[in-house]
Amino acid sequence: MATTVVALPLPSLPEGWSAEKDFKAVGKITQDRATQRTIEPIGPHFLAHARRARHKRTFSEDDRIQAQERAKNVEEDNDSDISEPEDAMMLQRDAKDWKNQDHYKVLGLSRYRYKATEEQIKRAHRKKVLKHHPDKKAAAGRVDDDTFFKCIQKATEVLLDPVTRRQFDSVDEEADVEPPTKKQLAKGNFYKLWGSVFKAEGRFSKNHPVPAFGDDKSSKEDVENFYNFWYNFDSWRTFEYLDEDVPDDNENRDQKRHTERKNANARKKKKAEDNARLRKLLDDCSAGDERIKRFRQEANAAKNKKRLEKEAAEKKAAEEAKAKKEAEEKAAKEAEEKAKLDREAGKKAKEAAKNAVKKNKRVLRGSVKDANYFVSGDASVATIDAVLGDVELVQTKVDPDEIAALAAKLNGLKLADEIKSVWQEEVKRLVAAGKVKESEIKALN
Amino acid sequence: MSEKKVAPAPGDRTVIGLTFGNSNSSIAHTVDDKAEVIANEDGDRQIPTILSYVEGEEYYGQQAKAFLVRNPKNTVAYFRDFLGKDFKSIDPTHNHASAHPQEADDSVSFTVKDKEGEDAEPSTLPVSEVSARYLRRLVASASDYLGKKVTSAVITIPTNFSEKQKAALIAAAGEADLEVLQLISEPVAAVLAYDARPEGVISDKIVVVADLGGTRSDVSVVASRGGMYTILATVHDYEFAGFALDKILIDHFAKEFLKKHGGADPRENARSLAKLKQESESTKKALSLGNNASFSVESLSEGVDFASTINRLRYETIARSVFEGFNRLVESVIKKADLDVLDVDEVILSGGTSHTPRIAANMGSIFPKTTTILAPSTTPSAINPSELQARGAALQASLIQEYEADDIDQSTHAAVTTVPHVNNAIGVVSLSESGEEVFVPIIQPETAVPARRTVHVPAPKNGGDILVKVVEGNTHIKVTKPEPKANGDSKAAKVEDADDSDEDSDFSDEEEEEEEKREKVWKIGTTLAEAAIRGVKKGGKVEVTINVNADLSVVVTTREVGAKGGVRGTISA
Repeated sequence: MATTVVALPLPSLPEGWSAEKDFKAVGKITQDRATQRTIEPIGPHFLAHARRARHKRTFSEDDRIQAQERAKNVEEDNDSDISEPEDAMMLQRDAKDWKNQDHYKVLGLSRYRYKATEEQIKRAHRKKVLKHHPDKKAAAGRVDDDTFFKCIQKATEVLLDPVTRRQFDSVDEEADVEPPTKKQLAKGNFYKLWGSVFKAEGRFSKNHPVPAFGDDKSSKEDVENFYNFWYNFDSWRTFEYLDEDVPDDNENRDQKRHTERKNANARKKKKAEDNARLRKLLDDCSAGDERIKRFRQEANAAKNKKRLEKEAAEKKAAEEAKAKKEAEEKAAKEAEEKAKLDREAGKKAKEAAKNAVKKNKRVLRGSVKDANYFVSGDASVATIDAVLGDVELVQTKVDPDEIAALAAKLNGLKLADEIKSVWQEEVKRLVAAGKVKESEIKALN
Repeated sequence: MSEKKVAPAPGDRTVIGLTFGNSNSSIAHTVDDKAEVIANEDGDRQIPTILSYVEGEEYYGQQAKAFLVRNPKNTVAYFRDFLGKDFKSIDPTHNHASAHPQEADDSVSFTVKDKEGEDAEPSTLPVSEVSARYLRRLVASASDYLGKKVTSAVITIPTNFSEKQKAALIAAAGEADLEVLQLISEPVAAVLAYDARPEGVISDKIVVVADLGGTRSDVSVVASRGGMYTILATVHDYEFAGFALDKILIDHFAKEFLKKHGGADPRENARSLAKLKQESESTKKALSLGNNASFSVESLSEGVDFASTINRLRYETIARSVFEGFNRLVESVIKKADLDVLDVDEVILSGGTSHTPRIAANMGSIFPKTTTILAPSTTPSAINPSELQARGAALQASLIQEYEADDIDQSTHAAVTTVPHVNNAIGVVSLSESGEEVFVPIIQPETAVPARRTVHVPAPKNGGDILVKVVEGNTHIKVTKPEPKANGDSKAAKVEDADDSDEDSDFSDEEEEEEEKREKVWKIGTTLAEAAIRGVKKGGKVEVTINVNADLSVVVTTREVGAKGGVRGTISA
């Protein structure tokens, strides 16, 4: 915090005041009145407080450390990136041969290459200019020594224009990473080696972010994503930088056009070659990629598992269906046989019942005949008719069981009175049950 | 959801500051250390916290707000405060004109038709899902604006948010793929927004932050000590807020409508009421800017159009009870903090409702002239009150975006944030013009320790040996009654009276005469130490640095400005 300035003056030292080292502690801060409160963890000053509290620094220590850190940062900014030794051969380059010069190296940026920021290029340029300006050389006694200065200017010109920089970056072989040889791969490091190759190739991508190559722990999705990206790679790489110079004169138009056409064809060819190269790179890489093999095996295993499961399920279902059908057939057959037996038994029983009824009826009729139609001497036709009529009537009104019961009662009876009393009883029962009206009965009452 | 959620690395973060309010939300980001509030695709900087579903289509913000009239059932509004609460403890008052909250497990949910088709099943959305959907829309707007996917944010919350509510908010943000770097309290975000301005000066001051929102008002007293903020007291109020002002306008215009056209009361019909509310809000906003505002609603009730105007004076008269409520709130929080209005150096008005000029004017009459009222109508350089919190959050986000999440956690841990605060001021004794001993504060009361302050104090005119006496001090309020019928005074009183009668017509003369003069006076307390500086030059200055350590021991360093050596001593705790 800034120092505040107070307007009111301090008092003078009273006479006779003295203390060791001119300082006298008198009281103490009233501790019981200090409250524990929570500071809001917000704002730059809190961050400073947190830093001090966590590292247990005092104010002045923290100030010192912070100042040091800041100072370090500045130094780094100034120096670190653009301090490469200058090659003696490079210093003697002819600026006319600028197409073959390594612009990044000229500016001392060969560590950065396509990653160098515009800011870095500007600073590098400035630094080199300060050192290599012809005036400086002249001061050292070498008049007209501006060859390397021209190289610097050309390099800056190329690199600061995004279009020409891309053209140069396209053919900057120094930035390429060679694909690993079989020997290298045999030592392992498959992912690291190929990873750096694709990282370098990724600089030509129009689409960002470029997926990372990953390692053996990458998920299937990531790996597929990676290969899809690269097989559909959209590159901005161009080969204009390698063009033959087009003659500048107006006289030879045909020559000019010819060269232009030749350049265009050369570019196209190189681009096609580059695409083929990348494709081969990918094929080589994917051929050796253990992950792909593993994923395929896993997929196959999964598929096979599914198929086997399906087949087993089908087989089981078929067997079950067969067993069920057999059981059904058997049950149907049994039921049929049983029904047939039942039918036959029923028929016999019916016939037996019919015969029994016939027999019983005969007994009934016989009983009245045995009783001589309940008259003494020869019975008149009318009497016989009336008695038999009654017997018929009774027979029609009762069911076979009752007929059987009645027959059992009458069987063996020879006396006319007994037989008559049985019949009268039966008739009475029927009248009481309301089955026969008394008036209908002519003789048996 | 298939995406695995990994907190982005500090270098890959794109951060924003977010204010997620009950009524409105806003987004801010920083450009070159300056905070800027982002407009969403509708061009709104205050984005209504409303989601609406029509035919399976999701609308948010101003568009969703428009649906409060036509589609209230499928519009969810005022849901922020329901986050992390159970049904028993929520206040559903504000939701009667939108989707109603329902009880669900141990949280609150809304039932809306959010799918296409006539007979689509309405779905029941827990409030966390609603918040996540809303936050997702905010993040999408911010990402569109910035052209980069926003990954992380600092979100402001009221000071009375419980741990459960905080957890629910962080979870909802996580659902919306947003990493919460930190939750910061709303009043302090507002203070930070002011302090971080390039022209802002960090000083020791007491700030009252009145955050007057749509559904609630929160007033806090914040001690700002060298850029460190401690909240001394807070009050929360759910009665005096923006909606209360809307209500007054609604009643006013409804009565006027009835007088003019008769018929049914538009307040009885839900749709008419929604229209009234919407127009009242915009009328209220217009009255904050101009002296007159129009009010017009098409087909307000039974097909009758209604148009009217209102001037600011009339509005301020009918809304007086609410304005006085705000005054009482501010007064109560100062009392709660055990302070006096004279102790307050700054009043920051924040939140949408504080655009109202009357509120700022009222604050001016509560506080002494020395207090700065930071509101658009009183201070031209004031920041838009609606944007304060979002700006503060954005600034905080830019400060901490480089830190690992773990680092942030550790730094905000209670072990770091809870520290002793000195209750008495520590200062030196100086001489006033009349030769009396007066206290010059160096460390103000309520300063968090460890703390270090330096002052320059002039030596007596003739220089020589000087006594630096370090003492504790505290304030008291000195009340001076004016001398009765003194000529000069009554004149002054009359002038003041004339001033006041403009603002408060019912202020009577008798009261005015009895008005007392109140001053804050420092009282010298116990002496802590004495030190001597010998042989100070004529017209020289003495630098006094007081360093209070965490254990409350005090280190005093004092020397003549520009000279070497000096005296250094420790007062043990």
